[in-house]
Amino acid sequence: MATHADTLNADHGHQQTFFQRWFLSTNHKDIGTLYLVFSLVMFLVGGAMALVIRAELFQPGLQLVDPAFFNQMTTMHALVMIFGAVMPAFVGLANWMIPLMVGAPDMALPRMNNWSFWILPFAFILLLMPLVLYFFGIGSGGPAAGWTLYPPLSLQGGTNVAFTIFAIHLMGISSIMGAINIIATILNMRAPGMDLLKMPIFVWTWLITAFLLIAVMPVLAGAVTMLLTDKFFGTSFFNAAGGGDPVLYQHVFWFFGHPEVYIMILPAFGIISEIIPTFSRKPLFGYQAMVYATASIAFLSFIVWAHHMFSVGMPLGAELYFMYATMLIAIPTGVKVFNWVTTMWRGSLTFETPMLFALGFVVMFTIGGFSGLMLAMVPANYQYHDTYFVVAHFHYVLVTGSVFGIMAGVYYWLPKWTGFMYDETLGKVHFWGSTFFVNLLFFPQHFLGLAGMPRRIPDYNVAFADFNMWSTVGGFGFGFMQLLFVYIVWKCARGGVKAEARSWEGARGLEWTVPSPAPHHTFTRPPVIRDEDLAHGDVTH
Amino acid sequence: MKTARPVHALAGLVASFATQAVAATGAQPERWQLNLTPGVTETAQRAYDMHMWMLWICVVIGIVVFGAMAVAIFRFRKSKGAVADKTFVHSTRLEVLWTVIPTLILVVMAVPATIKTIDAHDTRGHEMTVKIIGQQWLWTYEYVGEGVRFTSRLDRDSERIRQSGRVPTLDEHGAYLLDVDRPLVLPTDTKIRFIITADDVIHAWWVPALGWKSDAIPGIVNEQWTKILEPGIYRGQCAELCGKDHGFMPIVVEAVPREEFQMRLAAMRAELDTAARTAATTPAAAPQG
Repeated sequence: MATHADTLNADHGHQQTFFQRWFLSTNHKDIGTLYLVFSLVMFLVGGAMALVIRAELFQPGLQLVDPAFFNQMTTMHALVMIFGAVMPAFVGLANWMIPLMVGAPDMALPRMNNWSFWILPFAFILLLMPLVLYFFGIGSGGPAAGWTLYPPLSLQGGTNVAFTIFAIHLMGISSIMGAINIIATILNMRAPGMDLLKMPIFVWTWLITAFLLIAVMPVLAGAVTMLLTDKFFGTSFFNAAGGGDPVLYQHVFWFFGHPEVYIMILPAFGIISEIIPTFSRKPLFGYQAMVYATASIAFLSFIVWAHHMFSVGMPLGAELYFMYATMLIAIPTGVKVFNWVTTMWRGSLTFETPMLFALGFVVMFTIGGFSGLMLAMVPANYQYHDTYFVVAHFHYVLVTGSVFGIMAGVYYWLPKWTGFMYDETLGKVHFWGSTFFVNLLFFPQHFLGLAGMPRRIPDYNVAFADFNMWSTVGGFGFGFMQLLFVYIVWKCARGGVKAEARSWEGARGLEWTVPSPAPHHTFTRPPVIRDEDLAHGDVTH
Repeated sequence: MKTARPVHALAGLVASFATQAVAATGAQPERWQLNLTPGVTETAQRAYDMHMWMLWICVVIGIVVFGAMAVAIFRFRKSKGAVADKTFVHSTRLEVLWTVIPTLILVVMAVPATIKTIDAHDTRGHEMTVKIIGQQWLWTYEYVGEGVRFTSRLDRDSERIRQSGRVPTLDEHGAYLLDVDRPLVLPTDTKIRFIITADDVIHAWWVPALGWKSDAIPGIVNEQWTKILEPGIYRGQCAELCGKDHGFMPIVVEAVPREEFQMRLAAMRAELDTAARTAATTPAAAPQG
């Protein structure tokens, strides 16, 4: 952490000790770095758990872990990846880039910014503690009821239930504070002339995402608090024997859970909408449509939750309604994809690593979108639900969607952060290797699901063996490619070809008007905004 | 389905023979299987048709979108001297077009989906009712009104293999983890209503060849129905995470012709009566299951 970050801002004006800089900092760039490093560590932890899962599934039979531990791995893998890797990565990117993109000197609430980051390590210590203690022979291990924590199964866990729920509370507090900070920054700290409809799309997507976070994190907190009181204080919110309803939990959870999946993809849409214009050397096509499409997706995300629950036994009217509402999401999402493709049309394209990841994102996220549309169809959903088809679907949108989006963003802005260009050859190797292995990992899972393999099983019929073996090979390949990513980032932080202020020929936006690396303090006086500096030109004309 | 009719007549005694004849209907998963199967019920056929309809629409959209991307990637390269047309940033006509066309495509998808969903919900006119209860980690079945109730759990061979930590092969046990001690025997060509619930945590009853899954939830009774068109043995699994042995509570449905079903039901009743009498005379006997 230290070596990586010390070189970032060699020219900052303060004399700070290591402790002051990295623990007490209220600087948006340093906090952004902390978020990103934390996210990378969690990505590797969650990835290691995924490899335990894939190793057990390499062959039929139970060779490596027992089923109870397997369930802990699937549960913890999801919680760590969602709350530890993907969400903090986006908050880190927001911290670093939003003030630079809107011409603000820092985030609006710097001390809260520090606090919202420093909650996270403690939240994850709590979350991971039952699992760690288990290795020392204490307790029965981590939560094993799946990341959705459906009761009554989740209530069969031991004390780990309390650890998990308090960890989720802390993550929720952190996310809400982060979201408040981002909204306050965007609405109050824009440089004069940076009208809302001149903001970069990344800022727009984060503004909308922040509202989603504030709306749904309390709902999750409520759901898990009810679990907590059911478990330890004798209430019966979800206990049928006490007059409660297990399905109520699912409704409340997915009222959080569906907006949550858009929380994890909208900022990626924003990143891609910055990168494709840069490497097409052409403004984004249909800027305003992109903004409205993002808002529409956010709105729709609140009214489709029960499509995760078609098999719980809903009335006909409800199933039809949730099917139609879900299908509608395809329209604004389609608008986004068409706009990206048209941005490339009549452009002048080059294919540096950020662009490769962005193009990979568009193709593979769209594949995940197709399977999502298929899953929306009730008659077919009865067959897809809770199978590996679903596993394939959400990994296409989350790994080749969100994670590829984050990586595209990291490559894109690394020169601005470090002042050095990353190794382009290694970056391309990382992209092509990751793309090959991630498809080997997840594409065969469509077939497994369609052939009838349920998700979350540690062992399977021999007929499923071949594709599972492919998938495991892909999983390990993808995992090891990410070690290359860590090396590329580390190497770039240490030195290399000096990056110019405008690190990419086609890059537009205020962040490219400050030197690389970005000085410790930027825009202490509001910049004068010229139309040609705007990310997408002056779209209001 | 028609072609299997002669087999149907012969299959009265040898159910496994019928299983082979209908192998393509998804009785159990096969190696390198890539797709859903049409199954052996109208519901499964509907799911399959819906799935294929969606798949082909998505393939066509994919060809158009990815095709346009590919053209852009090859035609508008800077290395081939492409110069960016910075004025091409907005087109109301295009944007209306790519909002309206997807909407129409969605309608084309929604119409069959609506019809099929409505059909799936129609449990009227059933001839018998079977109660399914999920438990950690076995299924209890009851022919409602027939006085026959039994449990169904993972077979001993699968149990032995999974405890051994060995790698099973197809030759050793083709139905590894998909076999039970007592299958659920059901009549063909009969509209059967299921009422589904659970004792402890949420499970899900799923046999792919029947075309649906339904959650088994404690405190809630779900309703489903099926009408099996072909005799055979159809295998499935619990499809909702239900604890450590979630992967080890398979489901086997043995579909037999109606006349044979009555004989099998009578045999089961007699067997259960004997078991009950034995249990009554020897109080120390272990509880069932």
